[in-house]
Amino acid sequence: MRPIWKERPAPAYQIIKALVLGGFAVAIIVPIMVVISTSLASDQDIIKAGGYVLWPSHPTFKAYETLFSGGLMVRAIMVSVFVTVVGTAIALCTTIALAYATSRPVLFGRPVLLLVLFTLLFAPGIIPMFLIVKQLGLIDSLWSLILPGALGAFNFVVMRTFFMNVPQEILESARIDGASDFTILRRIVMPLSKAVIAVVGLFYAVGFWNAFFNALLYINDTSKWPVQVILRTYVLQGKSLSADQLGVTPLPQPQSLQMAVVVVALVPIAMVYPFLQRHFNKGVITGAVKG
Amino acid sequence: MTAVTEERKQPVGAPPRSPKKQRSMAQQLPFKIRLRRDWQMLVLMVPGVLFLLVFFYVPVLGNVVAFQDFQPYLGIMHSEWNGVQNFINLYGNPDFWDALRNTLILAGVQLVLFFPVPLAMALIVDSLVSNRIRRAFQTIAYLPHFLSWVLVIALFQQSLGGAGFVNNLLRQAGFDPIPFMTNPDTFPLLVVAQLVWKDAGWAMIIFLAALSAVDVSLYEAAAADGAGRWRRLWHITLPSMRTVIVLLLILRIGDILSVGFEQFILQRDSVGPGAAEVLDTFTYYAGVVGGDWSSGAAAGLAKGVIGALLLWGANALAHRLGEPGIFQKRGGES
Repeated sequence: MRPIWKERPAPAYQIIKALVLGGFAVAIIVPIMVVISTSLASDQDIIKAGGYVLWPSHPTFKAYETLFSGGLMVRAIMVSVFVTVVGTAIALCTTIALAYATSRPVLFGRPVLLLVLFTLLFAPGIIPMFLIVKQLGLIDSLWSLILPGALGAFNFVVMRTFFMNVPQEILESARIDGASDFTILRRIVMPLSKAVIAVVGLFYAVGFWNAFFNALLYINDTSKWPVQVILRTYVLQGKSLSADQLGVTPLPQPQSLQMAVVVVALVPIAMVYPFLQRHFNKGVITGAVKG
Repeated sequence: MTAVTEERKQPVGAPPRSPKKQRSMAQQLPFKIRLRRDWQMLVLMVPGVLFLLVFFYVPVLGNVVAFQDFQPYLGIMHSEWNGVQNFINLYGNPDFWDALRNTLILAGVQLVLFFPVPLAMALIVDSLVSNRIRRAFQTIAYLPHFLSWVLVIALFQQSLGGAGFVNNLLRQAGFDPIPFMTNPDTFPLLVVAQLVWKDAGWAMIIFLAALSAVDVSLYEAAAADGAGRWRRLWHITLPSMRTVIVLLLILRIGDILSVGFEQFILQRDSVGPGAAEVLDTFTYYAGVVGGDWSSGAAAGLAKGVIGALLLWGANALAHRLGEPGIFQKRGGES
């Protein structure tokens, strides 16, 4: 049913609309598709196409087998997975605890809240951050990729807004029944906030997986590089992956290897995306932005 | 938040007090009682506050190296103070002025060319009648926001780079390849294109939320009175979205000097520092790479302070214009 204020537009406008939206969608999908196809293409596909393949006619997993056979890439994936999993767990705990503790009028609640909100206004800067990480002895330690990201102000605000909207009557009645603040958080607030915890957790996970500059700053040891730095070094800067880094010969075409690296960085995001997307329209995120 | 503070009333037998004192006592129980009541909440605050102190407030104070002749082996405690000498040095450093100029150009181009795109797209998406098409488009359009900058630039390079598939097609068709990715003159446009690709869809989400909140009866009444689509857009839709548009503009202005740091550091090699050096990359290359810690910190501090002032100024301006802005006055919460 078309409501009266959504009358059918003139054909010219319809065409413009379709072109804008369709063009945008194609511009997003085609590069991703070319990358995936090229990573799956066989050597003769790539040579015939002169580099990039839109659709692999002889699909093969050789590039992935080479990448996963050991060495550089496997280590990088393990580093990234470790940082993402441990980082997300720590960040979630910190955020939930702080968001809950500032969601009600308690001792020191407001000054602590201001401490967090000030971080939205100002950033300490690259050099002082580097100096503190160095001072703590975290250079070349994976903790340097985890600890500085243990609380995101935006995620905190989303979480706190949600906690504040938990009906106060429930919390009051639990307190009258003798529940402590820990119990209330664990048994009442967290079960009621599963959706927001899931979303914030996924946001943190995506952030840790995608983090690139931290590693560039704090990690000099190439065996501790995460996937994003590998992606930069071997795809963007075009360094070629040599056989002794991967431990397999002969290597497939460099294009398909490079594209396989791109896909490895892409796949985890593509996997969590459907879960993230379910929550977009529920207002979990936009509700907090309206603040 | 304020409503809950009344939960604890004065004890019945409390001695009478002067009205002023009574008010403050009604809000605040004695410290000891609050401590006993809230100690678990304080425990919950510990990790977060520790994080803030160690990884935010101590580094903020660490900015004093901008006023020192900092030597790593001496540390902050023993390096010599040299007042504003680092800032004077920056003033005479042409590289710094290049970085500042590039930052302002890129920020301005982004503000003018990027900001309207998600708004326009949101208006188009909102006008779609078919929910299926709308949802399919949203699914595709939000995805790139979650890809890392390294990945986005890798995708751009594979598509538009010298050996990328667009130039491959051009070559096969007998044309000269176009250096999209390496031409410093068109770099600002490339930056905007990448930004649109990555974030325009995601930026749409807030506009869409605002659009869905517009009172439908306004449209209905206007349509019944014979207002065409453009009139309704101008007199109903845009005024209803004013608050959100102003809010996002403020956030954008506050972020303006940061202009996508990773995006530039990743492309500085291919385009060259002449076009891609911004304040953040200047800080990184002068300080961490070049070892001139003090100059880097001075540039970083200048950027942070100007950015905070811009944000504050934009917010104050929004208040002047009668908009709520981002930092609302008390009572605006919940």
